[in-house]
Amino acid sequence: MSEADGLVRLRQPIGVTYNWSAGPNATSHLAGLMNGQFVGKRCPSCALVYFPPRNGVCPKCAKILAGDVEVGPKGTITTFCIVNVPFLGQKIKLPYVAAQILLDGADISMQHLIQECEAEDVRIGMRVEPVWKDKSEWGATLENVQHFRPTGEPDRVMGAESGAS
Amino acid sequence: MADLCAVVGVGQTKHAACRADVSIAGLVREAVDRALTDANITIADVDAIVIGKAPDSLEGVAMPELWLADALAAHGKPVFRVHTAGSVGGSTAIVAAQHVMAGIHGTVLTIGFEKQSDGNAMWALSVPIPFGMPVHAGAGGYFSPIVRGYIGRSGAPKHIGAMVAVKDRTNACKNPYAHLHEPDWTLEKALETPMLWDPIRFIETCPSSDGAMALVLMSEERADKHAGPKAWVHATSMRSEPTAFAGREQVSPVAGEMCAADLWRKAGIKNPAEEIDVVEMYVPFAWFEPMWLENLGFAPRNEGWRWVEDGVTEMGGSLPVNPSGGVLSSNPIGASGMLRFGEAAMQVMGKAGEHQIDGAKKAVGHAYGGGSQFFAMWLVSSTKP
Repeated sequence: MSEADGLVRLRQPIGVTYNWSAGPNATSHLAGLMNGQFVGKRCPSCALVYFPPRNGVCPKCAKILAGDVEVGPKGTITTFCIVNVPFLGQKIKLPYVAAQILLDGADISMQHLIQECEAEDVRIGMRVEPVWKDKSEWGATLENVQHFRPTGEPDRVMGAESGAS
Repeated sequence: MADLCAVVGVGQTKHAACRADVSIAGLVREAVDRALTDANITIADVDAIVIGKAPDSLEGVAMPELWLADALAAHGKPVFRVHTAGSVGGSTAIVAAQHVMAGIHGTVLTIGFEKQSDGNAMWALSVPIPFGMPVHAGAGGYFSPIVRGYIGRSGAPKHIGAMVAVKDRTNACKNPYAHLHEPDWTLEKALETPMLWDPIRFIETCPSSDGAMALVLMSEERADKHAGPKAWVHATSMRSEPTAFAGREQVSPVAGEMCAADLWRKAGIKNPAEEIDVVEMYVPFAWFEPMWLENLGFAPRNEGWRWVEDGVTEMGGSLPVNPSGGVLSSNPIGASGMLRFGEAAMQVMGKAGEHQIDGAKKAVGHAYGGGSQFFAMWLVSSTKP
């Protein structure tokens, strides 16, 4: 409780626990993660591969995504942010690199953590691979991957639109 | 054919990091009372109320439009709530204008607000997404990689963001309602501020603000009988697209280009940079000024940063952008879009005081929200279309 100009402010934390229904289209993706695999889905109309398949619908064609496609495990950094800002609930030591990674075989990037190199050495086009946690810690989450690290392979040349997803 | 609509009253709060002197209801009422006074009407003259704000999680008050109905004196009147994330202030004003243009209501009051100090927006915008990797760090963490993409493709020098920030902070000193009044910034000092979300520096980020904006809109029939300056709405436009899809142009989203093209077409604008006198543009991170100059069709692709460097967007330039100080100087999120729309109206009404652009006849208000996925714009003028 604090007062400014004689007016009272109360501090009132709010907590909410939700359930999340994955639905049939995200289930194979989540089951894949529990087996150490990256499973995406292909749009039956434009044939692009979504990983993760989010809501099970192609955002462009509005078609229900169809076949499972295994992607990765290696990928390429398309763009990134070096985070220097502490915030509530943060678990990772600063500064850290949050990168958009385009997994091999996927048509859309996903965000993950880059470690095992200096932040200043991270670059667009850098090839990376996942470092998985111990199997005993796995669940239906991308957090099964502790982080991605450079593979040392030559950079992949990205298009001029490297800021694109 | 739609009816005409005019802004006849504008009212905003003093924006600040913490308006501990008022409740949310008091904050909203402050802007409403000023807008009604500016329009020289009372709440009894208002037919309908349209209110907007960003996600309820920002203050932890669910459905504030219900809770605020009494403070708004909405008894016996229709109240509508709009939500389109950060663009909500713009889209709320558009929905209000559409009530008038559709001939349904003659006088509509519209409000956008946010009391960021009552909650924690950084947390509210970084809630872990189920089954994803929690490395996301607020809005800055989301937009920084996109800014990196723009710098890479345009070849812009690294100081452009800081130049925009110094301009907006300097302009804000002429706006008594702006949150930040920091007259002493220089480019050199700005470049010394730390990288928060590399490549975004501290100076290049918006503050967290409490504030509200309210507008009074009238039909042509009522506005014609109304004394005082008016801002006639020549055109409005909204467009949206999904946050993420394969091949998405993140730096210059197609929905933003479509929104602007639609606005220029509806308003009969052939050359926006020539025909528009002043722009209030949604720039929460400084690099978005050159990015939106290109996205909206003012500057050629990859040339927006040159306009910044050449001073085109300064108050004395040929296309002043954000003479109010913009989002970089005040960011009550749910109000920020309406501040852009309202400040554009103030310019053509001749009510912008020290940050008035002399002789402004056509002004644009612009807002975007979410992951650069909701766009809202309007074009207002001192004369009827």
